[in-house]
Amino acid sequence: MRIVFALVVLLVMASLPFWVSAYILAVLTVAYYFGVFAMAWDLLFGFAGEVNFGPTFLIGLGAYTAGLLDNHGVPVWLDVIAGALAAVIGGLVLALPALRLRGPYFGLITLVAVLVLQQVIVIFAGVTGGEIGLTINDVLSVDPGHNYWLALVFLMVSGVILYSLSRSAAGLILQACGQDAIEAQALGFNVAKHKLAAFAVSALFSGLAGAMLVFYLGTASVDTVVDISVGVQIIIAAVLGGRRTIVGAAIGAVFLIVAGEILRPLGQLNTFVVSAIALAVILFFPDGLVGYLLRRGERA
Amino acid sequence: MTTPLLEVAGLTKRFGGLVAVKNLGFAIAAGEILGLIGPNGSGKSTAMKLIMGIERANAGSVRLAGREIVSWPTHRIARAGIGLVFQHSRPLHRQTVLENIKLALLPDSLFHLAAETSVDARARAIGERVGLGAVLDRHPTTLPFADLRRMELAKAIARDPEVVLVDEPFAGLTMAEVESFSALIRSFREEGKAVLLVDHNVKGVAALVDRVLVLYLGERIAEGKAEAVMRDETVRRVYLGGAIETHARAIAPEKSGVALLKVEDLTVFYGKAQALARVALEVHEREFVSVVGLNGAGKSTLFNAISGLVPYSGGINWQGTALAGKTPAAIARGGIAQCPETRELFGDMSVQENLDLGGQRQPPAERADRLAWLYDLFPILKSRSKQLARTLSGGEQQMLAIARALMMNPRLLILDEPTLGLAPVILEQLSKALERLRETTPITVLLGEQNVTFALPHADRVYVLEHARIIWQGPPDRFAAEAGAGYL
Ligand SMILES: Nc1ncnc2c1ncn2[C@@H]1O[C@H](COP(=O)(O)OP(=O)(O)OP(=O)(O)O)[C@@H](O)[C@H]1O
Ligand SMILES: [Mg+2]
Repeated sequence: MRIVFALVVLLVMASLPFWVSAYILAVLTVAYYFGVFAMAWDLLFGFAGEVNFGPTFLIGLGAYTAGLLDNHGVPVWLDVIAGALAAVIGGLVLALPALRLRGPYFGLITLVAVLVLQQVIVIFAGVTGGEIGLTINDVLSVDPGHNYWLALVFLMVSGVILYSLSRSAAGLILQACGQDAIEAQALGFNVAKHKLAAFAVSALFSGLAGAMLVFYLGTASVDTVVDISVGVQIIIAAVLGGRRTIVGAAIGAVFLIVAGEILRPLGQLNTFVVSAIALAVILFFPDGLVGYLLRRGERA
Repeated sequence: MTTPLLEVAGLTKRFGGLVAVKNLGFAIAAGEILGLIGPNGSGKSTAMKLIMGIERANAGSVRLAGREIVSWPTHRIARAGIGLVFQHSRPLHRQTVLENIKLALLPDSLFHLAAETSVDARARAIGERVGLGAVLDRHPTTLPFADLRRMELAKAIARDPEVVLVDEPFAGLTMAEVESFSALIRSFREEGKAVLLVDHNVKGVAALVDRVLVLYLGERIAEGKAEAVMRDETVRRVYLGGAIETHARAIAPEKSGVALLKVEDLTVFYGKAQALARVALEVHEREFVSVVGLNGAGKSTLFNAISGLVPYSGGINWQGTALAGKTPAAIARGGIAQCPETRELFGDMSVQENLDLGGQRQPPAERADRLAWLYDLFPILKSRSKQLARTLSGGEQQMLAIARALMMNPRLLILDEPTLGLAPVILEQLSKALERLRETTPITVLLGEQNVTFALPHADRVYVLEHARIIWQGPPDRFAAEAGAGYL
């Protein structure tokens, strides 16, 4: 039943370019990249038990690395790979010392990392474009349909990989490390190693998605890929969709972006309404939308 | 004797000014069980954590089959062949029992994506072996206490270490359960493992071990065959204490017209499972009432219903007025204090702060008196007054939970399994304290226990709770003859 339903949804999603406007495709394309951001975040929080308040540090590293290299004439595919690698390296450099800290300190460090990255971008405005942003000349494709499909395939592939990972034996070990590090160690698991690996995987997908997103948008700017508020949105999306479900994070992200777009005519009120909806869902369904459905499914 | 598998020498651990383990040394051969006993806070769990690398030793050496491992990280020590069954169960709550056991079978690899089907089969087999066959697909939170302990043993079996450290496996278990756990631990010996066993169930330990080592204030004070050690004068004084005496009252408390607490027709469901079925019970002013029942019989559910922590149908009346619909806080203010089995201490607050919170509503002078009295009753709490509750030993935490409930100066004190994890000598002290309370204050006590040697001596009346129902009630002297099977 579930498989059939998923296949139908997938078919509908894949067929959208044939019957919806370029505008809708554009919104969904961005939403899909956000879906990957949120899933990558959920791997860290939901499974490794680490709250990363700075997903945009990883995303920003990927985005700006790719953008800057492109401005220096490096081919697009290499930029994207380099962006992903930069995110992984930057993520590891950050996580290596931060994971040693207990409690909320890891989260604080990730938060500070975002602020530092933001400052660096502003200070080196000559290279990075500063507040205005970095204009990127190359594109993944000029066709909105192709761009949409690319984002969709990327979302699906990332989703399958991250989901399988979370359900795998390594995923079980990761959950143990997240829930009770001492117990996990006493069972013979190198907790630091597993958490670092999770961080690297999360960084890889965040960086990859960040790099691809800037080529789609044609610009890399602090407001779109680095600002704290972007990170907050990703976190809300993951929690809204359902922690520890991976799939839920993607659904939450698409929901949030699409809702923001539909309510855009409200102007300033838009953010308020979307936040209120998110808050209500979190209050009444603390397990998120997907978590709630799963639980009801179990009971039935 | 063969060369020892585990050799500990000069092991020392300081926490600030406190020396928790002092120059400890012993050796365990393959196929040998060494018992480690001692009062609460004597350093038994700390010694185990030092061997496991969870706490870092200030000095000393730990050798596994001749190899020095004292500075290794925990996971490496675990892989080298040492397993620890923690004093407090540490299940992964979001995973099923089967997944919890499976986890212990996995290698420490990042790239181990698909567990072989053999892992599943082995996890099931181990689950069956420890008696968890029927609950493999449940989540740990829904398991009764003994099953949680079984799951911890299952994990140790799954890890298949050469050296097994078992911390208080018998605490909170019934006699039948102690028997089946002993059989499992005995099988470790037959498999040629070296076992270090800590427990306050002296009979259970003596029946199982080849040798006993006694710790007191972090130091060894005796070692040898169980019978000889148990006869040792110092060991008797600091650890075993005397037998718990029956404190039958000369005059039974007068039963006034209205019961202080009256429970009628109390029924509680957890989902589909019935935890209490039409339970009726009465407690009169100044009475001591014991509710005796095996694990999972429903004692904690009964107490939690009285404290307003679980929804129920039926009536609970306090001095004639219904408690239904009142918040737990209001019920507590009304004079009912519960010392829950789960302790519910504020882990990041000090001992003193926990006690002060308990005495918050008392007038300052009375509060100071009570505090002095409680510190007199549990001297070790006084010496730990600045320490965070989280870092107390298991027994010290239990003492703190009891002391905090007493600080509230309740009219009705509910004690849920107060003996859990307490050394015999402390049980004796607690028993005397309860007697003194009874003689000198108007307190009323409702005591839940499966340890009848503790529950009976203090009781004016006894209820037996079995499978969610009250099946017997009467005076303690008739208990042995009429309801004692399975408890005595
Ligand atoms: N992290 C810590 N900081 C300060 N003191 C500690 C810490 N951990 C343990 N202690 C103290 O060290 C002493 C030994 O504790 P340990 O847990 O080893 O006792 P135990 O012999 O296992 O007692 P029990 O029988 O009650 O379980 C206790 O008095 C405890 O309060
Ligand atoms: Mg202990």
